[in-house]
Amino acid sequence: MHIVIVGNGIAGITVARFVRKGSAARITVVSSESPFHIARTALMYAYMGDIRLDDLKPYEDGFWSQNRIDLVHDHVEEVDAERNMIRLASGAQLEWDQLVLATGSRPNRFGWPGEHAPGVQGLYSIQDLESMEKWTRDCRQAAVVGGGLIGIEMAEMLRVRGMDVHLLVRESAYMDFMFNQHESDLIHAQVARHGVHLHLDTELDRIETDADGRACSVVTTSGGVLDASFVGLAVGVHPNAELARKAGLEVDRGILVDYAFNTSVPGIRAVGDCAQFRDGLAHGRNIEQLWYSGRRQGRILGRILAGEQLTYKPALFYNSAKFFDLEYQTYGNVPPSDSDDVMTRSWTDEGRCVRFAWSRSDNHLLGMNGFNVRMRHETAGQLIRSAHKGAVAPDTMRTLLFDPEFSKLPTAAMAEAVSP
Amino acid sequence: MNTIALEDIDRVYKRIMKVCLAVAGILLVAAAIDLWPFRPLPSVVIASLLVAVASVLQVARKNDWRPASAHLSSHNAWAGSLTGLGAVGIMVSLAGAGSAFPELMFVLGIGSVTIGGTWMILARHVPAPAGVDNHGATSNPISNHGAVGWMFGILMTGFYVLVYWYPQALEGLVRTTDPLSWVLRGRAADHWFMYSLVYSLAVLVMGVRAWLKYRHIKYQRIRTVSVVFFQLILAFILPSILILFEQPEFYFTYFWPLKWTYLWPGDYGFGWILADGGRLGVFMVVWGAVLSFIATPILTYFYGKRWYCSWVCGCGGMAETMGDPFRHLAPRSTDSWRLERWMIHGSLAVIVVATALIWINSALEGAVFGSVSGAVARTYGFLFGSIWAGVIGVGFYPFLGTRIWCRFGCPMAAILGIQQRFFSRFRITTNGGQCISCGNCSTHCEMGIDVRWYAQRGQNIVRASCVGCGICSAVCPRGVLKLENGPLEGRLNGPVLVDRDDVDILEM
Repeated sequence: MHIVIVGNGIAGITVARFVRKGSAARITVVSSESPFHIARTALMYAYMGDIRLDDLKPYEDGFWSQNRIDLVHDHVEEVDAERNMIRLASGAQLEWDQLVLATGSRPNRFGWPGEHAPGVQGLYSIQDLESMEKWTRDCRQAAVVGGGLIGIEMAEMLRVRGMDVHLLVRESAYMDFMFNQHESDLIHAQVARHGVHLHLDTELDRIETDADGRACSVVTTSGGVLDASFVGLAVGVHPNAELARKAGLEVDRGILVDYAFNTSVPGIRAVGDCAQFRDGLAHGRNIEQLWYSGRRQGRILGRILAGEQLTYKPALFYNSAKFFDLEYQTYGNVPPSDSDDVMTRSWTDEGRCVRFAWSRSDNHLLGMNGFNVRMRHETAGQLIRSAHKGAVAPDTMRTLLFDPEFSKLPTAAMAEAVSP
Repeated sequence: MNTIALEDIDRVYKRIMKVCLAVAGILLVAAAIDLWPFRPLPSVVIASLLVAVASVLQVARKNDWRPASAHLSSHNAWAGSLTGLGAVGIMVSLAGAGSAFPELMFVLGIGSVTIGGTWMILARHVPAPAGVDNHGATSNPISNHGAVGWMFGILMTGFYVLVYWYPQALEGLVRTTDPLSWVLRGRAADHWFMYSLVYSLAVLVMGVRAWLKYRHIKYQRIRTVSVVFFQLILAFILPSILILFEQPEFYFTYFWPLKWTYLWPGDYGFGWILADGGRLGVFMVVWGAVLSFIATPILTYFYGKRWYCSWVCGCGGMAETMGDPFRHLAPRSTDSWRLERWMIHGSLAVIVVATALIWINSALEGAVFGSVSGAVARTYGFLFGSIWAGVIGVGFYPFLGTRIWCRFGCPMAAILGIQQRFFSRFRITTNGGQCISCGNCSTHCEMGIDVRWYAQRGQNIVRASCVGCGICSAVCPRGVLKLENGPLEGRLNGPVLVDRDDVDILEM
């Protein structure tokens, strides 16, 4: 049995690790991005000089041979589904009994004039990081387009390296599709404190280039012009499904799979960012593009390939981010504002807050988020999964908090403030 | 926000280079005409050193690249220049001026470095927003084997070699500390007083930096105040005052086996403390024994080895303050961990055997080994005290990180580590599935522990070498790591959260 995995991101590499835990199958992981698995979540830290490129690797180089996982640093040009082969850029071919496509995502571009000019790019791969390094070396003014998690990360990266940074956000408050006004304002304050110019209600119209063809400014839909010799595009990602499409697999936005990650072609599976579930998942989406979901999907597929009978169900939703110095965590479902069905209750203090979402019908807990307040994953999960009803006891709040030693949070007041 | 560009740093380097070359010229002329107060040989040596420093700065200007930081203010250029001038002042003192004008050269030397260094730190950190900021730590040439980093390491190593074996070469600098020594100790300075002063000032000044850098974290604020207090007050001022009152120079914060002689009989052990100290001497020896055998196990049970290694110990104090910019240089491979276990436990075995031999010999009044005990004491002191703890332990910060001695050599750390691993309430817990494997924790662990390995599989971190500095928790962008004391039960959990099959937090 030879399992070939295309892509060494968190999904692909987790498949390999979990196959190895339960099976003696031959495993080969092919990647053109990097010879070894890297944590792409840390690309920003490498750029800012917090860590070295070598520190991106979560496992020592010897780990892979010890676990008999063969790594091939090459690009897959073609999948031949009829002959169970993949053809590599070097000309080599690999035969497989089971193929796993874990090809990840690509940054979106929406057809803006100038979007392919030198100095205009997204941030996803290590190649993007290298390109960013190259095009920002002599850059004094930069712009970032996008009001999401990556947008603010790119703004921080550029700012740390001393550039004057403009951040263009389409919404009238940062991530107002997830946060209430108070929460968005916490982020606005962070952006201002770090000297980044935030432009809300602002959309990109085009990118102007200089005589050499390199980006020199961005023009907004309202006609504003901002000088920028580097432009970061952080307007979401889409599944990288080109290889699958060429191989004749059924592809919609992503590679279509069932709950056991089977594509339309027997023997080929797809996992992680590039996979799209035909029937949707419990949380209503059919593509998951988080580090955490990639890891979880990889884990389940790895166990399936090692012989277990499993199907994929998404975890209780959780996510985390850091907006400059502001830590953010969320568990379950927390809408930005109250509605007929949902009521939210929050505790706020200078620079931090927690917010709980409750069902109006029977006061059961739907989710919670925290800004600069750390919550224990295990406890948060238990409370939400068990549909905790009614007031939160101070002791429960104490168990829930994962705050560091010596930080004295007012647990009783917090419990009261977030209770329905 | 003010910004300082590459050109500004360049200007500081150029300014210091010019001063170095000018002073080198003056010293050479002084040596040639035998001008008072300069002594010819030291002057020529120092002049060569200054030329070497200027050359290194030139190399750095040509080759070292560093990203500009948004948080450097224009004060930094002046503060950096003052610090550089202070370093040159120390050189001039060494060439002979220190003996002739101790007060003036103290101000121009150690004083200027202290003030300039503190000013640089204030200018860098006060205007910057509070929050984790290791930006540039792994790209700055000074802390990443650039030309200036090499120079810094060689000068520090050289300083230790001189202090231990050629103290007469430091005469000019020692004399500049005379005035302070008279005030504190009622007598002239010796090279150990000068060394203690420089060491304590380094901990104090860089302690200000550590406090400011981590000021948003209460644990770090308290811990930093603690290490600076123990070094400055208990390991510098108190021993000085003991000397002032004709009492034995005793360090209440060092115990066997780190300060091995405190439990050794005879003249190379606590014999002189009893002889010179009378009742206070008895108290000191009892204090040392109680701390070694009673307080240490109790405190380590409740809090882990951190109560000592990153809160009290002077070596730890230096590592946590002066060493902070060099944390990421600690070797962090599995092989280095393997070597560490052999070396540190070997070191512990050596000190235990040496102590036992010396007691047996003393009990038998020298019948068995004759005068061998003295040789054992001297050899251990040379190998472990001087070379290992001093020259390599601190001198090699810019090459191998900050905890080389603590990790590979310190017998005290070995004992505390064994207890921490098997019988202590301390552990670092991880928060469910929140780890994103970014590696900030592993990169900035001064003990070279691969923290990420544990965090990404949701496993508690219980390691003998962990000194509980809490920096992994500070640099984690997802708040995954938490230092805790708790019940022994369930402390050594397996990979429970992400990897284990029966209990699956990701099912939540």
